[in-house]
Order: sequence, then C-alpha cells, then structure tokens
Amino acid sequence: MTAVIAPPAPPLPDPSLLTQFRWAVSDTLTITRRNLLVWIRVPAYLVFTVIQPVIFVVLFRYVFGGAIPVPGIPGGYVNFLLPGIIAQTAAFATFGTAISLAQELQKGVIDRLKSMPMARSAVLTGRLTADTARMLLTILIVVGVGYAVGFRFENGFGPAVAMIALATLFGVAICCISAFTGLAIGDEESVQAFGLIWLFPLTFLSSAFVPITTMPGVLQGFANNQPVTYVVNTMRALALGHLPVAPELWKSLVWIAGIFIVFVPLAVRAYKRAS
Amino acid sequence: MTQNSSGPAILVEDLVKSFGEVRALRGIDLSVPRGTILGVLGPNGAGKTTAVRILTTLLQPDSGRALVEGHDVVREAAAVRRTIGLSGQSAAIQEELTGRENLEIVGRLYHLSWPDARRRATELLEQFGLTDAADRSAKNFSGGMQRRLDLAASLVGRPQVLFLDEPTTGLDPRSRLGMWDVIRTLVAGGTTLLLTTQYLDEADELADEIVVIDRGLVIAAGTAEELKSRVGGDVLEFTVPDRSAVAAAVAAVAAVGEAEPQADRETGVVSVGVGGRGSEALIDGVRGLDAAGVETRGLTLRRPSLDDVFLALTGHAAEEEEDGPPARGRHGRKAADSARSAS
Repeated sequence: MTAVIAPPAPPLPDPSLLTQFRWAVSDTLTITRRNLLVWIRVPAYLVFTVIQPVIFVVLFRYVFGGAIPVPGIPGGYVNFLLPGIIAQTAAFATFGTAISLAQELQKGVIDRLKSMPMARSAVLTGRLTADTARMLLTILIVVGVGYAVGFRFENGFGPAVAMIALATLFGVAICCISAFTGLAIGDEESVQAFGLIWLFPLTFLSSAFVPITTMPGVLQGFANNQPVTYVVNTMRALALGHLPVAPELWKSLVWIAGIFIVFVPLAVRAYKRAS
Repeated sequence: MTQNSSGPAILVEDLVKSFGEVRALRGIDLSVPRGTILGVLGPNGAGKTTAVRILTTLLQPDSGRALVEGHDVVREAAAVRRTIGLSGQSAAIQEELTGRENLEIVGRLYHLSWPDARRRATELLEQFGLTDAADRSAKNFSGGMQRRLDLAASLVGRPQVLFLDEPTTGLDPRSRLGMWDVIRTLVAGGTTLLLTTQYLDEADELADEIVVIDRGLVIAAGTAEELKSRVGGDVLEFTVPDRSAVAAAVAAVAAVGEAEPQADRETGVVSVGVGGRGSEALIDGVRGLDAAGVETRGLTLRRPSLDDVFLALTGHAAEEEEDGPPARGRHGRKAADSARSAS
C-alpha cells in the first residue's frame, strides 16, 4: 500500500449533447455486457432459459398433442403448438428481468450505479438489451427443438423471420411490464412469488396451446380479446400461411404499442423512485 | 485546481429530509475541509445514510443546501457525480464477475477507453493487494476482500471526495484493521473523505473531525479529544461479578462521581465520570465499595471513550437499535448483516 492514490483530478467540463448521447449508447452496451456475463456464469439462469422451454415443447408435443384436435392447421398440432410456445417462452423469459432488477435494487447496485457519472437510463436500457438477446436465443432454441419434433415453417423464409421478429417485439413489451413489477415490488422474494404468476393465465388462457373454442364460454370471452391470442394467431398465420396475416397483425401491434405506452413510463418512474 | 479551491470540500447547510412521518434529517450543518476525514457517528436510523444519499445525489433534500467541491448536489448533480466516489457495503460488486471485470466495467461507466479501463483496473487491483485473486469470481472473495474491491471500484474515477458508508460493518476485527490502513492511505493522497460509522473506535481512529448525529440532528462536533473532554474528565469503571450487587455498587460510588453512575445490569459494568479528581476519586471509590462489601473486578480509572461521550450526549448508548427511515433494500441488507453477525 505505498504511493497509492494519484492526486485528485479536476472535474471535467459539462459534456455536449452529442457526447452525452454517445455515452448513453456506450453505457448501455457496458451494462448489457455485464448482464450477459453474469447470465452465462449462473447455471440456473441457463437452465431456465434453455432447458425449460425444451421440456415444454416435448411435453406439449407428445403428452397433450395427441388429445388436441386442431382442424384447419396444416401439419397438425405440432405446427399449431410451436408459435404458441414461442410466445409463451418469450413472455416467461421476462421473469429474469423482474428478478434481476429487484435483486440489484435490494443489493444497492442500482444506487451505486446512480452515483456514478454514467447515463442513468443505461441501467434500464442495458437490462432490456441483454434480456432481449437472451430471449432471442431462447426463441431460436425452441424453433430448433420444434424442427426436431416435426414442426415446419410452411410459408417461406421471409414470414418465418417476421414471426420471430414479432415474438421478440412482443417479448420486449412484456419485458417492460416485468421491469416495472421488479422495480415496483423491489424485493427479490416477493418477485419470486408474484413475478411469474400473472403470466400463467395470460399465456394459457389464449390460443397458444389449445383452440379457444374448446374453452368454457366465460374464458372464451377473455381468451378471444387478449394480446397473447392476437400475437399467437399472427405468428401462426406467418409461419403456416393458412390464414391472412393482416387483421390479427394489426390488433397485435396495437396491443404491443399500448403496453409500451403504459409500461415504459411506469417502469421509468419506478426506476427513478427506486432506492 | 478549480475556482472553488478556497472553500470546503463538503458544505452542508440546514439540510432537512423526511420520509412521510419519519423526520430523517432535521436540519444538519457540516463543513469538511479538503484532504481531511470527517467521521459521522451515530446509531442505526440516526440519519447518517440519508445524509450520504443526499450528498451523493441519490436523494433530494426537502430543504437546505449541500455543496460538494462547490457544486450543488441538486442543481449540479452531474458535476457532483463526476467528483465523488461512493463505497460501503460491497454493493458495487457483481459476485459472478471477477475482480478485474468488476473494475473494468466501472471504468467503462466512467467513460475510460477500454485500454485505460484495463490499465486502471490492474493498477487498483495491485494497490489493494488483490492481484492474485484478480481473475477469480468475486463470489469466492472473503468479506474483507470484497470490501477492498468495492472501495477500489469507488476510486476508479479518481474522486476528489470519497463517501464511505459504514465501510467495516459486518467485517471481522482483522479485516477491519486492514480497511483502516487502506482508508488512511487514501487521505494521504489528498482525497477528502466522509465516513459514516456506528463504531466509536473507528471514528476515533480515523477521523480528523467527528460529528455525532442522533435522530436527525448534529448533537456534537469536534475532534475526538474535544468530544471526550465534554464528558468531563476521567471515568472510574469496574465490573461487579455478582449481578445482584450492582445496585449496591452504584450507591457506593454515587458520591465520588460528578454525574450519575451508569450501570449495565447484564454485564455488571459500572462506570462513573469523576471529573478532574483523578486518583482522589479512585481512592474514595475503592473505600466506598469496600465499606459496602461489594466485590469488584478490573477497577480502573481511564480517559473517556466515545461510548461515554455518546451516553453523556444522548442519554442512551450508541449501539441501541432504533427504527430508521423506510429505505428499502439498505435495511434489508443491514438486517441480513446483523443476522449474520448474531449467529
């Protein structure tokens, strides 16, 4: 411990707007990198991201698949199932967003980052970027496993890419809801308990796994008018080409835009208040 | 250095902050000259952490003013953040990352280039004796190493003013001494330091000036020696092994003291301030105890400790737990710390 600390540096002048923007981008990338490094080093996160979706695909394909008739779907239940399971996987992946933010809040990481001269927004944008990358990887794994168990894109390459893009966009929207819940609850254990629970009815009371016509009347009313159904129907139309895409795509995009409009400001407000 | 180089490094005037009903700060004033250590001493919930959070731009005060290196913490928050470092309970450390990665990432967030961030990380790891552990995941660091890494992280940006929020809470005695050495060398390099602590010996050991905060108010300020002299001279202290005799012992020495004797019925420790009467009070005390037939151990006449100061100033001991402001997270952390040290 000799000659330890250099003399204090004089403060820098206030940076220009352009510099501030460049810093916001570079800080976002730094936080993204940090989050992805953490993610690849925690086996539990990898299991959650990779193994669980694979189990879902295999279970639904072979356990329930034979019992669920899906008239009008080219290729049968496996082709019906895959877009649904991709949407569900994307939504469930955001559980990690809520957990991580609550953890960082609880441990004081967010406080510490806020005391640094970095762009404060980067904590959120970096989290969102890393989690989107993670989500995209999960989606690609599910598509791969889907191909192994008989799923096929029936509508060509372009629509297949569009389907993955829509699933990701939907996932990012759900990510904003999860970011808000994680920051607003702010305590890891509560998020463990409540962070996933609202996603079960949202994803299962939809057209993701079974045709809605098989549900009781009351549930049909909900299932027919909620965003997961619109998004899954659009994805199915894109993947299989059995129905026109436009009407369902419209409703999906309106829902996704609505989620962004409501939950981005809520998440930002929760982040600003959080300490 | 800057146009503000004549003023104090930290200036706080009539700072007030409430959380709902809880008045965390009720108007505190502080002034810290450059290159000195201010020890902010107080029990849990006294308002220490709230003050640090305002000075590090994490909270906005309800009223009053705080300047760090001449920059207002509310209006010039960005300038303040470029000037300061904050360290405390290892919060900046991402345990899954290595020590080196942690410091490099902080360097990038201070907008150093990659090569500069790498160089600075290597430099700090070396200075804090962490080179050998640099590429291990921080999870496997000891508590003391994690604190050192956390402190290193707060120095990446070469701060002029450093805030250390309870830097040794939860550390074992040996790691505490290690941290003290590290902290002393910081100030030798010209950094101004504000240190909060619940440990009286820590403030005594490190700080040039001490302010004592209790229930959101500064109740005393000065050097450790000045504060000790406020207790009024020496302290006669002894232990009564037979706890049922504590009351008799208190009665026996009441006459020699300048203040009421303080007795801890659990440990049997009795202390009484005897002013400047020194050895005369010692003899009178021994006679009184002998006459009352009280057996004692470890009877001494000593200089007052900051514990005595705190007791004299507040009427309660420094380590007494109190309800703090509802600062989520921090308190969860502290509760976890005390649970760990209790077990």
